[in-house]
Amino acid sequence: MIHVENLTRYYDNFCAVDGISFDIQKGEILGLLGPNGAGKTTTLRMLTGYLEPSTGQIKVQDYIIGPDTLEIKKRIGYLPESAPLYHDMIVYDYLEYVAEIRGLDTAKKQTRIKELAQLCGLNAVMHKTIGELSKGYKQRVGLAHALMNDPEILVLDEPTSGLDPNQIVEIREIIRQIGQEKTIILSTHILSEAEATCDRIVIIHHGKIVADGSTQTIKQSAGKEQIIHITLADADFSSVHRLLEPVAGITRIENVSSPESDTLQIRITLVSDADIRKDIYRIIRKTDWTLLEFRQEAQSLEHIFRELTLEN
Amino acid sequence: MSPAIYIFKREFRAYIASPIAYIVISVFLLITGWFFFTPFFLQNQANLRNFFNLLPMVFSFVVPAVTMRLFSEEFSVGSYETLMTLPVTFTQIIVGKFLAACAFIAIMLVPTLLYPLTVSVLGVLDWGPVIGGYLGALLLGGAFSAVGLFASSLTRNQIIAFIVGMAICFSLTLVNQMLFFLPKSMLGFFEYLGADFHFQNIAKGVIDTRDILYFISVGLIGLYGANLAMREKC
Repeated sequence: MIHVENLTRYYDNFCAVDGISFDIQKGEILGLLGPNGAGKTTTLRMLTGYLEPSTGQIKVQDYIIGPDTLEIKKRIGYLPESAPLYHDMIVYDYLEYVAEIRGLDTAKKQTRIKELAQLCGLNAVMHKTIGELSKGYKQRVGLAHALMNDPEILVLDEPTSGLDPNQIVEIREIIRQIGQEKTIILSTHILSEAEATCDRIVIIHHGKIVADGSTQTIKQSAGKEQIIHITLADADFSSVHRLLEPVAGITRIENVSSPESDTLQIRITLVSDADIRKDIYRIIRKTDWTLLEFRQEAQSLEHIFRELTLEN
Repeated sequence: MSPAIYIFKREFRAYIASPIAYIVISVFLLITGWFFFTPFFLQNQANLRNFFNLLPMVFSFVVPAVTMRLFSEEFSVGSYETLMTLPVTFTQIIVGKFLAACAFIAIMLVPTLLYPLTVSVLGVLDWGPVIGGYLGALLLGGAFSAVGLFASSLTRNQIIAFIVGMAICFSLTLVNQMLFFLPKSMLGFFEYLGADFHFQNIAKGVIDTRDILYFISVGLIGLYGANLAMREKC
């Protein structure tokens, strides 16, 4: 459906997107993840034809950004970040204007606006000025704007940013509903959101792709490394280190206890496919240490995200 | 139908819905009315020369005030991005916005038709120069709108757009008053550049293609400049 190859974008001398390539299949919901300023918005703006790529190619179906930008714009519905719409227009007038520009004929225009008002829950605000609406409603008007011509591809830039928890759930519900038949690309920096709504995740950092795959595969690929936290009393670090070091798979044993506390906190990093917690426990049982805490850090997406995008 | 028509419709509606439009119209009518009628009874002549003499000057700051929001507002609100990702071309956007400004200026001129009507009641008015004057006013308004649109496409700040537009329009108007500083050889060229010179030719009731061509050229250069500025933002 969409083919992106070696996409690069410079702002003057600053490289915002640095040679990224990916493919999006029909019907996929792709989440573009990354810290602020990673190049998510720039990538989406190039996909929608708002910005021109410095180098590289974007192909949507058989159309190429550049010569066929207009054709691509006809096929993509786009909701920019924080839905910048004309503040002085009434919601109905605005949707009508979009319908006209999108080339819907008079009869279809009316039914489509009604459908979208229903889908996006806009019936109550149809005759209000956009500037008076709350952020959640503005976002919904933006969504209706993006869906106007029933596009095959939907691009949403941070669709839930700045919304309250209820609104977030509602917008996600709408996205999931639409996503059953459409290709959706959305950017976010909220990880749980990507996990909840997306089939596939691409993590961008400093304009480069650092991970690409389903939530499962990303977790697995990074999941070889495990971290175990142990808190002990009546023990000293050197003997712990001596006893635990021989265990197969352990790569690092660190003392992370805070200076004030009289307990010993240890962080063990290990690379292993097997579960070696049993081995560790057996060793501890043989000693006269008091075991206060023994916990394996879950390999959450958040952890992977931090790992991949942390500044060095 | 071309999307330009829908953009025109939206922009024009935005004009008539905004209070700034009515303030601009009021200021325009106040200034032209004052400067037209104050000397009118002293001179005791049934013509509109005072009105048309002043018009390029007044347009130099009224027209940029009308056009300043066309692009700047879109940039600062961010709606430019939504507009640009709809299936419309640069030309359609520019033409739509330009025509909306022209239509608004035409409407602004309608109440001034009361001046010739009043004069024709008071004396014998030669309608030739009046018709020429209004035709010239439309051409001048169009050319200045294009310049103002260009100024607006340069910045997200409406005040800067206004000042840049005004500076260009005033320069075009005042070139004729500066001619005595110039050597004789360059006189013809600079006289041709002046908007006032061409406007006064038409306002005499002499419709010459050179004058019409001048306004069309200024208009096209302005619109082309706006197009370049939009391209630069991609």
